Amino acid sequence: MTSLTADSLAHRIDAVVIGASAGGVEVLSVLLPALPATLRAPVFVVLHQPPDRRSVLTEIFRRKCVLPVHEAEDKEPVVPGTVYFAPPNYHLLIERGPSLALSVDDLVQFSRPSIDVLFQSAAEVYGRRLLGVVLTGWNEDGASGLLAVRQARGVTVVQDPDTAEAPVMPQAARLRCQPDLVLAPQAIAELLRSLAAPASDASPSPSALPS
Amino acid sequence: MDAALDPVPEHVAKTFRIELPLLLEAIYLKYHYDFREYAHASLKRRLTAAMIRFNCRTLSQLQERVLHEPAVFPQLLDFLTVQVSEMFRDPTYYRAVREHMVPILRTYPSLKIWVAGCSTGEEVYSMAILLREEGLLERSLIYATDINSQALQRAEAGVFDIDRMAGFTENHRRSGGRSSLSDYYTAAFGRAVIDKSLRKHIVFSDHSLATDSVFAEVQFVSCRNVLIYFNRELQDRALGLFVDALCRKGFLGLGSKESLRFSAHSDAFTDVSREERIFQLKDRP
Repeated sequence: MTSLTADSLAHRIDAVVIGASAGGVEVLSVLLPALPATLRAPVFVVLHQPPDRRSVLTEIFRRKCVLPVHEAEDKEPVVPGTVYFAPPNYHLLIERGPSLALSVDDLVQFSRPSIDVLFQSAAEVYGRRLLGVVLTGWNEDGASGLLAVRQARGVTVVQDPDTAEAPVMPQAARLRCQPDLVLAPQAIAELLRSLAAPASDASPSPSALPS
Repeated sequence: MDAALDPVPEHVAKTFRIELPLLLEAIYLKYHYDFREYAHASLKRRLTAAMIRFNCRTLSQLQERVLHEPAVFPQLLDFLTVQVSEMFRDPTYYRAVREHMVPILRTYPSLKIWVAGCSTGEEVYSMAILLREEGLLERSLIYATDINSQALQRAEAGVFDIDRMAGFTENHRRSGGRSSLSDYYTAAFGRAVIDKSLRKHIVFSDHSLATDSVFAEVQFVSCRNVLIYFNRELQDRALGLFVDALCRKGFLGLGSKESLRFSAHSDAFTDVSREERIFQLKDRP
């Protein structure tokens, strides 16, 4: 693996995908508020949740985050520096453009939205410029997806299972794809913070511009 | 070291992107099914699953089989089209139909409703049951269309696995159902057979939103979770058909995460229920 300095990552990473299941809200509460206003990469999140409930996730995280937080809509063009959540009971996919796509295809790894589906489609679009993160959970969704990120030469990160409320998912991802980094939530937050363009060469992101 | 961990060579993904439009063109020329403007990400997943099923290493191999083995295409079509839906999927949608649309639909002496992309029929029967509960079915005709004739045959048969009925019953109750769902089917041998008197009001028909044109004037088009599989151009074509099919101030219902925001036809409609994705055609000048 080539060296992953914060500086090289800031110039390389165009998008971030994050997958979480049981215990995920707590970890995302560490990661997403750490995302700085100057971040240009969009962040796509799959968090497993009950299918028939109206999601309050975007409400919860909108209040905690500097960046805008949306529930993904079909055919929506991807806006830099935005956090997108997959809606409950829909798979979220990334299309070339890039834009967002939803599907109601069969469950994958007993899940819809499925982390594998998001990661595989994002790997196809972003290739080596993608950072994939698999967090806490009780099933094995995300392992195949993170492997796809790795095969596309993207950067792979897994939450240290010892820090996970549910270690099965990060363990499966670690075994399956031998990730570049295995980190505690705080360290993942640091990594995400470092993706923002350094102040010297940063042009303000659209969200930081006065309206 | 596990070979699966190695990077997939760039040319593999690039070659797939060449093979995909070739396969879709071949399907179109040979079988007149047009998937050329379907959204690629979902299509790629479905075709990857089909490659495994048909034991093909590449899309080109799949193309060879599709073109030269007549038995392959009908099976491939199932990979490309069939969606498993539920009766009264998203109960709040049907509740909104009852609350916002039924009072207006009541004012028409006869009703025509188009369920576009009906697949195996769950949504069609949901609509028929709702109309009967609201006392409107006797004056209604429902057009149920899909491109997959096998799915249409299953829809027409109206037979569902009995294990699914408990979930459907709960959905129906939450949709504001005024009766018991069990009034509309008979259970036998592990199956639920939908009441034939509902079917009298439904016309099942082959129709492609990609290649066919408008066939009737209707007061309501319900097309849920179909447009998400189309690219923007095809979505616009389909919405254009709906605009042309709808009567003055007719209604359009979409899937709960579909929107008109990114479409060329967004200005043609106003919101009836933003949350439930029910729209009404604006009065044409």
